[in-house]
Amino acid sequence: MKLSTNFLKDYVDLDANIDVKQLAEDMTRVGNEYDSAGKLINATNLVIGEIVECKDHPDSDHLHVCKVNIGKEILNIVCGAPNARKGIKVIVALDGAVLPEKTIKRGVIRGQESNGMMCSMEELGLEHKFLKPEDREGIAELGEDAVVGEDPIKYLQMDDEVIDFDLTANRGDLLSILGMAYEVGAIYDKPVKEVDLSHKEQGEDINKKFTAEVKTENCNLLLVKKVENVEIKESPVFIKNRLIASGIRPINNVVDISNYVMLELGQPLHFYDADRLGNKLVVRMAKEGEKLTTLDGNERTLSQEDIVIADSTHGVGLAGVMGGLETEVENDTKNIIIEAAIFDSVKIRKTSNKILRSEASNRFEKGLDPNRTYMAAERACTLLEKYANGKVVTGTVVYDKTDKTDKEIDIAFQNVNDVLGTIIPNEEILNVFRKLGFTYKVNGQKATVKVPTRRMDISIKEDLIEEVSRIYGVDNIQGKLPVVPMRQGSYDKTLREIRNKMIALGLNETLSYILINDKEVHQYTLDEFEKLKLLDPITEDRNTLRYSMIPSLFKIFEYNEAREQKDISIFEIGKGFYKKGEVYGEDTKLCALMTGKYSLGLNNTKNVDFYTVKGVAEEILEYLGYANRYSFIKGEFPKEMHPGQSAYISVNGANVGMIGKLHPNVTKENVYVLEINLDQLFQKKVGKMKYKEISKFPTVKKDVAFIVDKKAISKDIEKTIKNAGGSLLTDIEVFDVYTGTNIEEGKKSIAYSLTFSDNKKTLTDEEINNLMNKIIDTVCKKMNAELRK
Amino acid sequence: MQEQIAKIKENALEEIKNVQDAKSLNEVRVKYLGKKGELTQVLRGMGTLAPEERPIIGSKVNEVRELLENAIKEKEEKFAQEALQRKLESETIDITLPGTKIKRGSKHPVNRVIEEIEDLFVSMGYDVVSGPELETDEFCFERLNLPKGHPARDMQDSFYITNEYLLRTQTSAVQARTMLANTEKTPIRMICAGKTYRREDDATHSHQFGQVEGLVIDKKERNVSLADLKGTLEVFVKKLIGKNCELRFRPSYFPFTEPSYEVDVSCFKCGGKGCNICKQTGWIEILGSGIVHPNVLKMNGYDPEEYGGFAFGTGLERLAMFKYGIPDMRYLYANDIRFLSQFDRKDEEI
Repeated sequence: MKLSTNFLKDYVDLDANIDVKQLAEDMTRVGNEYDSAGKLINATNLVIGEIVECKDHPDSDHLHVCKVNIGKEILNIVCGAPNARKGIKVIVALDGAVLPEKTIKRGVIRGQESNGMMCSMEELGLEHKFLKPEDREGIAELGEDAVVGEDPIKYLQMDDEVIDFDLTANRGDLLSILGMAYEVGAIYDKPVKEVDLSHKEQGEDINKKFTAEVKTENCNLLLVKKVENVEIKESPVFIKNRLIASGIRPINNVVDISNYVMLELGQPLHFYDADRLGNKLVVRMAKEGEKLTTLDGNERTLSQEDIVIADSTHGVGLAGVMGGLETEVENDTKNIIIEAAIFDSVKIRKTSNKILRSEASNRFEKGLDPNRTYMAAERACTLLEKYANGKVVTGTVVYDKTDKTDKEIDIAFQNVNDVLGTIIPNEEILNVFRKLGFTYKVNGQKATVKVPTRRMDISIKEDLIEEVSRIYGVDNIQGKLPVVPMRQGSYDKTLREIRNKMIALGLNETLSYILINDKEVHQYTLDEFEKLKLLDPITEDRNTLRYSMIPSLFKIFEYNEAREQKDISIFEIGKGFYKKGEVYGEDTKLCALMTGKYSLGLNNTKNVDFYTVKGVAEEILEYLGYANRYSFIKGEFPKEMHPGQSAYISVNGANVGMIGKLHPNVTKENVYVLEINLDQLFQKKVGKMKYKEISKFPTVKKDVAFIVDKKAISKDIEKTIKNAGGSLLTDIEVFDVYTGTNIEEGKKSIAYSLTFSDNKKTLTDEEINNLMNKIIDTVCKKMNAELRK
Repeated sequence: MQEQIAKIKENALEEIKNVQDAKSLNEVRVKYLGKKGELTQVLRGMGTLAPEERPIIGSKVNEVRELLENAIKEKEEKFAQEALQRKLESETIDITLPGTKIKRGSKHPVNRVIEEIEDLFVSMGYDVVSGPELETDEFCFERLNLPKGHPARDMQDSFYITNEYLLRTQTSAVQARTMLANTEKTPIRMICAGKTYRREDDATHSHQFGQVEGLVIDKKERNVSLADLKGTLEVFVKKLIGKNCELRFRPSYFPFTEPSYEVDVSCFKCGGKGCNICKQTGWIEILGSGIVHPNVLKMNGYDPEEYGGFAFGTGLERLAMFKYGIPDMRYLYANDIRFLSQFDRKDEEI
């Protein structure tokens, strides 16, 4: 909402020391934020001049060299405007003038001295849409009555200041100058002036000939008035300028008056050409597929959700959004039907979202005060009589189902202070209501406050408490810390611990988008689920919720790869979403992607491989307490994974994740991923961390290597060793895998380091040797292995 | 004979002194103290002496022997030390070559901010809670006093999946869940940080962004006033942005609170004078807050006559941007490894 301060001053007096910035700041402190505040024409050092001589520039085919009388002196000014000529009054920006786009400096243009600039309205910062055709041609031409040497902005009556407010959704009442006046009046404790509704009415009552019919519950109030014999012409300057300051383009006096009243009182009006409309107005819901050509010339196809204004036969306007072309006020219009109505805000919002958001629809959406509707219908008559020489027809056609009584709200003074945490005296609280223009009755420690209908945002006592805090001033309320019974705050730090562990392992944490392309949703998984697609996505690339996080991390890999970053080890903890059967759900997942060098530095370089990512998975599982409960198993993998270098992570028999290399069809680089469904993992509970007694007796380490078939799996050999070794064998570790010289083709050697210990005694050589022999025999027999000597 | 001994002592000490290496030292030892050494020879020659002289000469010889042995030992140690010194010198390495690189990970700035906020509020007795990102219309809007058709729903154009399910537009959805879940209807102090989604994407808005939400519910007459809210947020903002910043509470409108306030913080860049970051106003909007709307209490099982509460919420990206001086929100989601790896150390203590 753009507030013209000149317009505002019609209804409330402002102290001279309050400039536009101060007003904007003071409004902000009571809750009305602004985007900008400043002069309508933001230019300095301007003066009215008269061109007393205009010659063609000797060295140019389009420039003129002018002598311009500015009162005190005559300036030489070079000007390129085609309309520059002797005798016209112009706006001169003097040396040092600051215009919105440029600063004026005395200079020499192609050898001719130029001591300023003659301005067009556009150069003064007037938006293009407000320019009259003649304004677009060249420099502004002022009237004969303009006085040389005076301020042109004053002459144009554009010495206005404008605040562009960014209002909250509940303050529909501030979408009017009058509403703003009440708000400003409350801040500075100034009374709000009466609206002039005076006009004569004449002739036969409108109700005799004209009928209005409301066939839908989506219209609660409809007022119709008629004004005859209007004279269509240009609006008075103040009306045009106030419309411009408010961002609305002036058209002609009649159309401008409907907009002017909307700005002034907040009630959108619609004016029909009475002779084209006929004697009936019907408000109804549109028929499905009904066609209507709106003011802008577009044919609209309507639905049963749209409210339509119709004459006796067909639609003539889209209620609250846009009028129809057929009954539009035109230059030959003589008689006018004024429609002032209140339509259902939700319906208007839906229709306007579909068709066009306008100043009018914005006001209908926020809700309107029925008392203001009556006022607006009368105000339009007053202005049409005054500025269009119209004759107002006696009476008003009324359809009214609204409640127009002021709301009464009881409030206890203590309640105000409890909620605000203050000790504001009762009189001070009542003073706030008085400033706001609310009346009240005091009843002991309570008051009954009458809230005028214009304040539709106020309906409960908490709303009144907010008013007190706004006008009393939030800055005057001292903050304090709650005094509460001591209690321990709590949080589940598991995810944070996992994050810290991954970081300690050298991975960089990312933050990715959960929305991906629906084509990617079933990648990197064989799980069965329904994808969750957005009804109204912004782009197709982000139209569906991810299930696996790998597509998100793969995108990050691609982004970095495109920027020559080869060594990438990233991870993220995030959500994956699904619909399974009728259940909508989301799981917390840990995902990592690793490629390039992992360890770096002298003699320490290692490229990421399957075992790196497996190591990370093992680290996490062990850290979370799943030691000895997990295994990596083979299976059928998604087609995006390398079939021979992937594994599922199984914890106590349940599949909780997957690791592996990306398939070369996905990327030519060696990229490894890890994904663990943490919600599934955490279903497997972890026991308490407990001290285990350390053996007082020495442990014995023995190494042994077996030659086995190349396809043999280490896990199986380990199991066999473990079974044979029994309880005295406390640890098994693979320390070497070897193929090549001395090893037969198709075979490999795996070397294990075995640790033996006994809590009760020192193991003898004989005992160890017996155990080793047993292990070797068993492995050789069961695994078809051969001891490597 | 005594003279001979004295001569041997003198010569031997001189030779020991002049010896340059362990090998020569050993030769000196053999020369004087060996089986055929000069001093040993003196002892052998004692047979020619008078019996009363023998003990005198014998003790003299032993005295000199001990003296020489000590001198040799001292010299040996010196040589050993020198040898060790030479060995160490030969082992000297180029300490300016790089150390073995242990790969260092990094924590995303947004999560750093979340952890900091959680730690602060936990220290004030709040519980950290979480809720689903795939929410129902009921929890995201209706239970927060935002019935269907409410104009404020415009403020947060949403990503719906069905008519019922949507990506949550605000962490406030967790407010309703927390209140409902507390079947005892006891006081609540909770903080919840997480991802939220709105249907907008431009230079200053990301369709996915982080929010943190706080809610306190208590008996109406204590601890839940606007003054308490102000005090709490002062602690919060000063911890996150800096001790010297100022706060401004500006009345505003949110459907789930009444009264509602937006909180501005004095511009950290210009200190309030006005600059391009604060759009010349000197203030930067940072938080939304207010007193929990009685309808919200009622709809989630608390009696508004008995209980009251305050709530607040803020965007995490902006806090991260302020904290680390990140100029563009999009950097937070681009995940450039050169960006991420900058956040690889402990935050300074404030």
